[in-house]
Amino acid sequence: MEHVLGFVALAAGLIIGLGAIGACIGIGLMGGKYIEASARQPELMNALQTKMFLLAGLIDAAFLIGVGIAMMFAFANPFKLV
Amino acid sequence: MSTAGHEAAANAPTAGEYIVHHLTHWNSTGHAQKDVIDFSVINVDTMIFSVLMGVIGLFVMWRVAKSVTSGVPGRMQAAIEIVLEMVNDQAKGIVHSAESRKFVGPLALTVFIWIFLMNSMDFLPLDLLPTIWQAITGDHHAYLRVVPTADLNGTLGMSIGVLLVCLYYNVKIKGFGGWVHELFTAPFGSHPLLYPVNFAMQMIEFLAKTVSHGMRLFGNMYAGELVFMLIALMGAAWTASATGVSLFIGHVLAGSIWAIFHILIVALQAFIFMMLTLVYIGQAHEAH
Repeated sequence: MEHVLGFVALAAGLIIGLGAIGACIGIGLMGGKYIEASARQPELMNALQTKMFLLAGLIDAAFLIGVGIAMMFAFANPFKLV
Repeated sequence: MSTAGHEAAANAPTAGEYIVHHLTHWNSTGHAQKDVIDFSVINVDTMIFSVLMGVIGLFVMWRVAKSVTSGVPGRMQAAIEIVLEMVNDQAKGIVHSAESRKFVGPLALTVFIWIFLMNSMDFLPLDLLPTIWQAITGDHHAYLRVVPTADLNGTLGMSIGVLLVCLYYNVKIKGFGGWVHELFTAPFGSHPLLYPVNFAMQMIEFLAKTVSHGMRLFGNMYAGELVFMLIALMGAAWTASATGVSLFIGHVLAGSIWAIFHILIVALQAFIFMMLTLVYIGQAHEAH
């Protein structure tokens, strides 16, 4: 029982941590490119901004789904022995 | 003071129980759903709130459309016009057939406003509607979830609806024969040996598109709702001591920050769902 709880806690930490790494790298790369592109061509800023937010939402989604699942593991533990 | 606290502690649910209770739907069976997948269960709360949000959205749009003026627009008309123009621009850029846009444009607008309203149910205080509902029914353990998009059934239902529209346009634009031809010859090319590979790829593409479309919205709203619950738990644990008061302050701070950030997520996810609807329908118009 304690083993299960401990492993689930570790798993929840890994899900959130690894997801956050991926999402942060993705957002960082994209945000950097966006700033770079709008510095080169400021007239494209508005068009690019829409696309950037769209992609930010897409990148964020996988991470937030992970957070949701990890939170569910932590509080409504489905692996708990009855 | 201390005895009252102990009594309250004995009756109050634990953190896990509180969250599990808030994650359980009011469904047609009258008790919590037991199996993970059970197609005979209908989540009544999801149905009621999604239909209610749809009716409110339609009513607001109807009121604005009825009182529309070519002179100086009111605030509401200006807001609706901005949304309408934004959706129309996106639709023009993605779906090139003007005839299809007569249906697809309003569909995208409906999807956007409907999902935005459903997601916005998250902004209501977490326990407000469930408490009212429990008072009405007299059952203090009555289940109620107010965010229809935080239910996988709701979001997958919508994404399957989009899939059906895509299939309809595939057949309408390319003809049934043309579509079947595309299923077996795209993306790798026309050769009998490649037919099964192409067909498998196309099926995987349809499946992945639909599942990720629904899961993305569900995951965001579900995670958002869970974080609101955790913040509520933090506030519920407050006591008249130094750490207790700091818990309460943390509750107010974290709640405000998350609610403000959530406004962005709510609008963004509604926008993304609408954009992907347009993109998928636009793909159905393109012949390979």
